[in-house]
Amino acid sequence: MAKLKVALYWAASCGGCEIATLQIGEKILKLAEAADIVFWPVAVDVKYADVGKMPDKSIDACLFNGAIRTSENEHIAKLLRAKSKLMIAYGSCAYEGCIPGLANFYNRQMIFNRAYVETPSTDNPKKIYPQMRVKVPEGELEIPEFYDTVKTLAQTVDVDYFVPGCPPEEKSTWLALEALIEGKLPPKGTVISPSTKAVCDECPRKKEEKKIKKFYRPYEIIPEPEKCLLEQGLLCYGIATRGGCGALCPQANMPCTGCYGPVEGVIDQGAHFLSALSSIIDSNDPEEIQKIVNDIPDPAGTFYRYSLPASLLRRARIK
Amino acid sequence: MEEIRIGVYICQCGLNIAGVVNVEEVAKYAGTLPNVVVSRHYRYMCSDPGQDLIKKDIQELGLNRVVVAACSPKMHEPTFRKAVEDGGLNPYLYEHANIREHCSWVHDDKKLATNKAKDLVRAAVRRVYYHEPLVIKEAPLNPNVLVVGGGIAGMQAALDIANGQHKVYLVEKDPSIGGHMMQLDRTFPTLDCSECILTPKMSDVGRHPFIELLAYSEVEEVSGSIGNFKVKVRKKARHIDESKCIGCNVCEEKCPWKTDSEFEMGLAKRKAVYIPFAQAVPHLAVVDPNLCAYIKSDGKKCGACIKFCEAQAITPETLLKQTDQIIEFDVGTIIIATGYDQFDPSVIPHYGYGKYDNVLTGLQFERMTCAAGPTGGKILLKDGREPESVAIVHCVGSRDQNYHEYCSRVCCMYGLKYAHLIKELAKADVYEFYIDMRCFGEGYEEFYKRLSEEGVNFIRGKVAKITDEALSDEEKGKLIVVGEDTLLGKIVRVPVDMVILCSALEARSDAENLAKIFNINRRADGFFLERHIKLDPVATPTDGIFIAGCCEGPRDIPDTVAQAEATAAKALSLISKGTITTEAAISYVDETICSGCGICEALCPFQAIELQPRDGKRVSHVNEVACKGCGACSAACPSGAIAMHHFTNEQILAQVEALFS
Ligand SMILES: Cc1cc2nc3c(=O)[nH]c(=O)nc-3n(C[C@H](O)[C@H](O)[C@H](O)COP(=O)(O)OP(=O)(O)OC[C@H]3O[C@@H](n4cnc5c(N)ncnc54)[C@H](O)[C@@H]3O)c2cc1C
Ligand code: SF4
Ligand code: SF4
Repeated sequence: MAKLKVALYWAASCGGCEIATLQIGEKILKLAEAADIVFWPVAVDVKYADVGKMPDKSIDACLFNGAIRTSENEHIAKLLRAKSKLMIAYGSCAYEGCIPGLANFYNRQMIFNRAYVETPSTDNPKKIYPQMRVKVPEGELEIPEFYDTVKTLAQTVDVDYFVPGCPPEEKSTWLALEALIEGKLPPKGTVISPSTKAVCDECPRKKEEKKIKKFYRPYEIIPEPEKCLLEQGLLCYGIATRGGCGALCPQANMPCTGCYGPVEGVIDQGAHFLSALSSIIDSNDPEEIQKIVNDIPDPAGTFYRYSLPASLLRRARIK
Repeated sequence: MEEIRIGVYICQCGLNIAGVVNVEEVAKYAGTLPNVVVSRHYRYMCSDPGQDLIKKDIQELGLNRVVVAACSPKMHEPTFRKAVEDGGLNPYLYEHANIREHCSWVHDDKKLATNKAKDLVRAAVRRVYYHEPLVIKEAPLNPNVLVVGGGIAGMQAALDIANGQHKVYLVEKDPSIGGHMMQLDRTFPTLDCSECILTPKMSDVGRHPFIELLAYSEVEEVSGSIGNFKVKVRKKARHIDESKCIGCNVCEEKCPWKTDSEFEMGLAKRKAVYIPFAQAVPHLAVVDPNLCAYIKSDGKKCGACIKFCEAQAITPETLLKQTDQIIEFDVGTIIIATGYDQFDPSVIPHYGYGKYDNVLTGLQFERMTCAAGPTGGKILLKDGREPESVAIVHCVGSRDQNYHEYCSRVCCMYGLKYAHLIKELAKADVYEFYIDMRCFGEGYEEFYKRLSEEGVNFIRGKVAKITDEALSDEEKGKLIVVGEDTLLGKIVRVPVDMVILCSALEARSDAENLAKIFNINRRADGFFLERHIKLDPVATPTDGIFIAGCCEGPRDIPDTVAQAEATAAKALSLISKGTITTEAAISYVDETICSGCGICEALCPFQAIELQPRDGKRVSHVNEVACKGCGACSAACPSGAIAMHHFTNEQILAQVEALFS
């Protein structure tokens, strides 16, 4: 059988997904047996122009990580889409927008202001911002456009599969690769993860009645080792997050932060977490409720930490 | 899948809808919508011929979905579901569009209203496409009844049901049943003795084999729903041994600690251990732990009652160790009869209640004229003299923007009753200040007529203030009632010895809490809300819970008793049917998605959800009889694992999309 042709790309993301692909350990040998990597900027020296020359649909699958932040991200996403038979949004940034997507609470101007003027370590009295084009003696230089809004991969090009996680755990990665290698492809649009249920399903902690009188941040308490973290007042996102990760964080005493995205069938993860949480606040007194809720740090960033661009909200409206 | 064939019917509702909405145009438009086989408009869809249209079309045109655009679904959704069922379809293959309350009644612009009606119809048509047949099931109804409140209303309801040999739990918060009627002396308009007609009923209740009387108790929690309510009652500690107390009252005689008697409205004292009144049912002593020196000193002081109680019903044990008991039981229906509070007139400072000794409330005056009361039935001033003149002030706290806007309905009549009693017992002059004389009941107008001939001075007008500041010798040492005589058109000052304030009847101070416990609503005036003011006056919006007597608003004893009997009849009719039809639009769990997080379990107000073990993990399970379809679980489930029949995402989204397309 001819070897598969695989491309990997890194758009607006931290780079953790690149490392996560290597987490598959010795299975990488199986991958090497079955596939050739035709494009992977972080590891293989192939230029964009080389990709441009490849015939359309000549790549079997592209594992695309990162959100669409700049015109460059968009350009390469479209290019790779054209060249690849299967486009896989790999990791939370490509799938839902993730941390880069939190920038959608602001716009370009606000972000530039913060990054190039306001930060304490910046000295920029003339308020010089990055320009898309700049004339230098040698000619005109051009850098990609920085968009106002971060988009997910699927909001930019047609996507075949999604692998959730920030970054995806080894099991999820291998599930996707194995499907490719063995040609046992799930229906288009599938979110490839070992679980369709929420993290709670994999979490060994004991669950009893959920009633919350006070929310704590992880540094404020030492949680009991066997009891559900949410029941102890930690904002554990496990109830509203797709499992498949093996409930790693709660088992290490850290509340789930929601990186695997919504449970199968749910459209807006943040809204579901929010309505579930608000239903277990243990008070009927509006003032007390307000007090309890005030303990939630950075609510927008907490509920939409990984999913703002993919959510029903998509971004903040800035007037 | 079978072909979807939808019939659409636009109701004219006389001119209620057709006056604003062009029904013909809407019907024509509906006919152009996908899957609509027939669309008609008709004068009154809810009439028999209107319903027959639907049935005929189902049979002749093979409809399998029906939409009626008419009034509120609250009104006629059940009617058309029934028509659809009679036509041979499952009743849930029906959708209702409200083009009256939501459209014709609230808009004037005919064109826009017609467009809106089209939108609403289009949304309903799109939604009904996705409707699924649902199965309606029957479940047994627990024949036991809970009655809350042992006033005349609660007692009457309890007796009616118990006489039909069904078990009643009667919960009364005070140490004895009787309620306000027990405090009344003579009752208008017949002036028969309140006590004499009430005490036989009280002992019937106390002795009835089918009534379990839980006096000095309060309902703490109610869960479940019609047919199967679970009730938790706190039976407060009396600090005596109920099985031994013979009600001899020696303890009260010997107890040295006194406070104002609640029953005597502060006109007499009671002790730290007491029996509220001579005919109390149950006839048992009760210890006031806030007054009892033995309890307060943890057994170091007093203890008189312990020594004198021959029956050994009061012991150090009962005083120091007895605690409240929690009693739990199940019932199928609930009657609430918690009565009223008397409005506290001291909140109207210019009436001087609480400031002047001889300004009394109605209930205080009732105690005064009662032969068994604190003055032995004599009308006396604080200093022991008989009054030479008395003023009676109507509408204190009633019909007053600042307090209660409503009329308390009994004050005119009891005011007249007092005028008569004062004339008869004290031979004093009577000045009766009224705004309007409202004498609407049987024999009431005749009673008023009789009083007009007894030499009472009727002054039509609102009292501005009651003061002891004399402007003349004649006024010295008197209470001066200042008001406008609106018939003469002048300000009058009437010096009197005593003033009786006809205080309003108001909602119980704990009504809000009760409303929460029983999941019923209150009106703006604080009283409990009936399901329909005219057509369902003793039911509440919560199935299986009924209200009787003054907890629903002020009323006299005849109306209270009639209502109590009505609630009993309602409960008995449910009991005789024996089953309830369960809601079909309930929630269901997709076990392939449920992670067993448990959010839903604690949330369900009807305890319908249980997390059950499945392969070493847990999944949510819905009890189909208990679920009322409120949707709380579905909205909260963070996984979207619980959905509602008849409110699926598909159905709702189709409706919303159609509305905005
Ligand atoms: C001054 C005055 C004079 C009146 N004179 C007349 C008259 O002459 N003729 C006439 O027809 N009407 C008269 N009325 C009206 C009459 O008092 C009422 O119609 C009647 O008492 C209403 O009965 P009820 O059972 O609804 O309420 P209530 O008598 O108030 O009884 C309610 C009972 O429920 C109990 N209860 C309250 N809350 C709870 C709870 N949470 N749990 C358990 N138990 C609870 C109370 O302790 C009480 O025993 C008069 C009213 C007033 C104020
Ligand atoms: S809330 Fe949802 S996921 Fe959680 S136990 Fe209930 S049904 Fe299951
Ligand atoms: S819909 Fe859910 S919360 Fe409401 S009664 Fe049914 S199970 Fe309980």
